[in-house]
Amino acid sequence: MQNLLRRIGSRVLAWLQGLGRASVMWVLAMSWVPRWSEWHLLIRQVYSIGVLSLAIISLSAFAIGSVIALQFYTQLTRFGAEDAVGAGLALVLLRELGPVVTGLLFAGRAGSAITAEIGLMKTTEQLSIMEMMGVDPLRRIVAPRLWGGVISMPLLTAVFNVVAIYGGYVVGVQWLGADPGGFWSGMQDAVEVWQDIGKGMIKAGVFAVVVTWIAVFQGYDCEPTAEGMGLATTRTVVSASVLILAIDFFLSLVMYGEFR
Amino acid sequence: MSDEYVIQVEDLCLVRGEKVIFDGLNLNVPRGAITAVMGPSGTGKTTLLRVIGGQLRPDSGRVLLNGEDVCTMSREELFRARRDIGMLFQSSALFTDMTVFENVAFPLRVHTSLPEDTIRDLVLLKLNAVGLRGARDLMPSQLSGGMSRRVALARAIALDPDLIMYDEPFTGQDPISMGVILALIRDLNSALQTSTLLVSHDIHETVGIADYLFVIADGKVIGEGTPQTLKQNDSERIHQFMHGDPDGPVPFHYPADDLTFDLLSEVE
Amino acid sequence: MRMRTIEISVGGFVLAGILAVLFLIIQVSGVNPSSGADETYRVTARFDDVAGLRPRAKVSMAGVTLGRVRNIRVDTTYGEAIVELEIDGKPGNLTADTSAKILTEGILGARYIGLLPGADEEPLQDGGEIMETQGAIVLENLIGQFLTSLGKDKE
Repeated sequence: MQNLLRRIGSRVLAWLQGLGRASVMWVLAMSWVPRWSEWHLLIRQVYSIGVLSLAIISLSAFAIGSVIALQFYTQLTRFGAEDAVGAGLALVLLRELGPVVTGLLFAGRAGSAITAEIGLMKTTEQLSIMEMMGVDPLRRIVAPRLWGGVISMPLLTAVFNVVAIYGGYVVGVQWLGADPGGFWSGMQDAVEVWQDIGKGMIKAGVFAVVVTWIAVFQGYDCEPTAEGMGLATTRTVVSASVLILAIDFFLSLVMYGEFR
Repeated sequence: MSDEYVIQVEDLCLVRGEKVIFDGLNLNVPRGAITAVMGPSGTGKTTLLRVIGGQLRPDSGRVLLNGEDVCTMSREELFRARRDIGMLFQSSALFTDMTVFENVAFPLRVHTSLPEDTIRDLVLLKLNAVGLRGARDLMPSQLSGGMSRRVALARAIALDPDLIMYDEPFTGQDPISMGVILALIRDLNSALQTSTLLVSHDIHETVGIADYLFVIADGKVIGEGTPQTLKQNDSERIHQFMHGDPDGPVPFHYPADDLTFDLLSEVE
Repeated sequence: MRMRTIEISVGGFVLAGILAVLFLIIQVSGVNPSSGADETYRVTARFDDVAGLRPRAKVSMAGVTLGRVRNIRVDTTYGEAIVELEIDGKPGNLTADTSAKILTEGILGARYIGLLPGADEEPLQDGGEIMETQGAIVLENLIGQFLTSLGKDKE
């Protein structure tokens, strides 16, 4: 019993220590303001985090948008309310699925890549030699990835939403034959700029910070072995995904809890 | 500020986990010479370099680099001070996403605002010094172990440091690249007027190149002097190490129970 | 050279993202930046109940959209809702005795305001008020009325 308590206690302490280290790392890295000669570092990260995720984001968005439209259409026609397809699709996407699914894909695609890359740099002592050269890896390696993620993720979410709505339009209107006027006007009546689009984007920004933070810290703090790197990559994807879902729940409660 | 010594380590103590790594270590690295720290594997030689470079904070003691205490420097001061140190890791640690040329250019680009053609000239000179000017466009994955170590060396000297630290530069090298590296270390020391601190357990090569030697074991310096004086040292431990006897005061066996006892005991 | 293609694609990505946001704002939420340029005027209408009507809901006549709801306030003294409507076009396209009704699209659809023209010669002015209104039909009230009338019949 005492042993169990002691083990739990030491795990809690280890976890707290990790959180503390991660926070210090985040503050040190986010205070980075790129000098003129460092802009290419940021651009390169927006490329590998954002541009390279576009394909998978668009593909999933189209699929998800079209199945939502399909289900809504088949259910709503029973009440003669197929004009609500556009509204339902847009609200579900803008408020919840857009940021959440983009965040999950982002964690799987970009998050794991960041962890593996930084972990490999640590394992092969590239981070260490950089420090010895008087170059701060927090600024050189970590900061551009954090900022790249924070810049890319809301843009990816916007692209996701547009492609998904297009997917819903293709299935709902062009295949199933919903009325295009009703589709768009129902959507336009239901969607508000701040309430739906703005808050969805805020969610995307929060998820971006969470995912990149976890990814970078796991890579930076991983055990410098092949095994440790594998573990860190898995941990990035798992904990980022779980955290996205949990945070989304609380954000939704706060943002839409009053059903306004 | 002491002009005589680049590095002064005073009463260094470091405990990591359960293991005592340094227990009152004292050593001074003279300016302009090649100083070697030797000792069996696992005595914390690499750790010593990390402490000197400020990557590890000791539990007590001082490490003076050009007269300034590394252990009490702020993060900024530390990064500033490290620009004057060139360091060669055992694993070369080349940046795998850059060409050989960019690897050597990296410290120049980050720490100076030299025009591009000056950087190019400097990089080619450094690469020429290690004999790899022709390999400038290769990626690190295309290099052999000996070549990557030489590239890492060119990168370490890119900023003409006051002090170059080598971590096990001879390990895992074939005889030819070993000879190349030996010659390079000696040439760089005399040509650039730098101080050299090298850590190794290869007695033969180290004795051949160093001006001054320290032997460490059990977290302390157990002997120091020029290669000649050390060879004639009659301390048993130094004798064992300098002549490579398999058993002696430094035991061949990792601490264990008696063999017969171990073999006869039941499987748990 | 490689850096150049990266920079170009990052530029394209950022542009695509911004365009996507603009698309969401304009096409999906229906904020039309050109509607500011078109001429509109505002009138108000008081309703006893607007249940379910939301800002930016349609204002239509004979099924054709004629404008939008700007905002909805409440007058606590009289227990009435004051709805501000934005009507497209110049003042004069509606008569002063136009009546307004809150209607529902289908059974479950969104609420909107339907206008019916009157016979007055005078046009409805900018800032004027629609006097004749009929509030939303609230299902609960209807059912309540139905039940009480049933009870009365039995007596």
